[in-house]
Amino acid sequence: MVDMSVKIGSVTLKNPIMPASGSFSTELAQVMDINRLGALVSKTVSREFRIGNPTPRVAELECGMINSIGLPGKGVEYFLQHQIPDYKRFTPPFVANITAQTPEDFEAMARDVNVPEVDVIEMNISCPTRDPNGGNFALHEDHTYTVVSRVRRATDKPVWAKLSPNAGDIESIAKAAEKGGADALTIANTLLGLKINTDTFRPAIGNKYGGISGPGIKPILLRMVHQCSKAVKIPIIGCGGIVKVEDVVEYMLAGASAVMIGYLTFRNPSGMIAIIDGLEEWCSKRGFARVADLTGAMIDEKPAETYASAAAPIG
Amino acid sequence: MQTHAFTCDPFVVGKTQPAATDRHIPAEEALCPVVSHEWVNSEYKHLVVEASAKALAVKAGQFFNLLCPSPDAGDLWLRRPQSVYRVDHANRRVEFLYKCVGRGTRGLATLQTGDQLNMVGPLGVGFTLDPAWKNIVVLGRGVGLATLAPISQLAGEQHIGVTAILSARSAEFVMTTELFEQVGRAIQVLDSDGTSAVENVEKILEQLVAEGKADAFFTCGSNRLVQLMKRLGKKHGIPGQVAMEQIMACGLGPCYVCVKTFEVNGQKELRRVCIDGPVFDLQEAVGW
Repeated sequence: MVDMSVKIGSVTLKNPIMPASGSFSTELAQVMDINRLGALVSKTVSREFRIGNPTPRVAELECGMINSIGLPGKGVEYFLQHQIPDYKRFTPPFVANITAQTPEDFEAMARDVNVPEVDVIEMNISCPTRDPNGGNFALHEDHTYTVVSRVRRATDKPVWAKLSPNAGDIESIAKAAEKGGADALTIANTLLGLKINTDTFRPAIGNKYGGISGPGIKPILLRMVHQCSKAVKIPIIGCGGIVKVEDVVEYMLAGASAVMIGYLTFRNPSGMIAIIDGLEEWCSKRGFARVADLTGAMIDEKPAETYASAAAPIG
Repeated sequence: MQTHAFTCDPFVVGKTQPAATDRHIPAEEALCPVVSHEWVNSEYKHLVVEASAKALAVKAGQFFNLLCPSPDAGDLWLRRPQSVYRVDHANRRVEFLYKCVGRGTRGLATLQTGDQLNMVGPLGVGFTLDPAWKNIVVLGRGVGLATLAPISQLAGEQHIGVTAILSARSAEFVMTTELFEQVGRAIQVLDSDGTSAVENVEKILEQLVAEGKADAFFTCGSNRLVQLMKRLGKKHGIPGQVAMEQIMACGLGPCYVCVKTFEVNGQKELRRVCIDGPVFDLQEAVGW
């Protein structure tokens, strides 16, 4: 028996597999037993009703997909009255993912969702198509610190900050989020990109720019998880391009305590369940009694022979 | 075929059993052996697969999200939604009729007998038939007619009269005339002889309404025909249903990629084709 449980600060998950915000709803019960997931993560909730972006909202790339959905939603009141009861029909811890375009509104949102049914607040401070001065806080250290510390003041619940891979120096952003009081970091949101239809000369998606996800971005995100795990003491949740068990193992070896999965659900709707089973089997075969022992276990020794040592005079 | 390593655990129809815990889960990912796959004209292909028990429960107007093989050196990253053309319960088969138009369908067209097709479904909200209806009219354009075949068959089985208006560029692209003739009357309207003009289709529909042959309208495949049927439906108080299509990702609801605009009680709203549809109230549709 492998102990599949992991701890993200004060929160214990029965396994390290969670859906990424925006790729999950209870509607996935059409194809899987969602009670098996480590946690349930809501689609990003805004205070106001949002219609979302024009279609097409998605296109295929060489390495995955690009999307710009535009955070459509019926607002926080609807979320509290209708969506939370729907999520609470299921047993895994519930992560409410929230966003706002100003620190003041973010703090107010955190107070709004500070209800008993919510186990964790995940801050979407990294929607890639948002303006750096209008909700994409994770591009700047100062903005990150300000918004995270304001949410920290508003709630005693665990707060996870979802960072942006579009920031130039993600280690500084990670430190700013930690200093602001985040209990964990999700690394990361999608990478901002562009696809142009060469028949029509127009952008392939309605919003022009969109977020890239899928296996092509995994090495970039993996590197960021490793860098941030050295920069902060709080737990990290890896997110980006996971499509198989070994991808989860890689994120954990790089320093993640758990992972979130998005794209795979589009390709294999019950893929998260297959990964939970496969990860347990992998640990069992490799002799790991606890999956949590994988976290940070990448062997990071200096190479035995460097150019300098090879070139050094013998004797 | 796929070049990327993924974790996925679909069962193979006819070879392995679905997980026992799946009983209460209505849709599933399954690998379905291809029984036959033939061109029916220069653009359309007819695909027949051996289906699982859950797949065979598909209702008229519902769809499957298909993982098409890649037609080129790249991978296909998203599934392609495909409505069902026919269900053959006796032989445990599900049939699709599709037009080869993009990378997904060109890849799908490479499947050969004996290959396996990865299908997720059945998904979405299908058509409904009111037992009080005596006669219905189905109006389809091009391969959109394939989507209307199951509801026409169902109407036939329930002894509801069907008039099918089959619109296409030319006779070559009129789909499944025989199928519609088995359950009722089929009227071809073509671009090649001008009979597919909206004004002519309007005359045909008005005639059917006058004859009492139109207790309900069903349509798929053309924005102009949807607008026409919607207008006449409103004029005569005839209920209608339309099957929509949209670029889709998850096919299950969460991602909000496949939205379309609808007008409900004077208010415009976005609905998801995958889970709120693909079949919608014709009067609430804004455009196909």
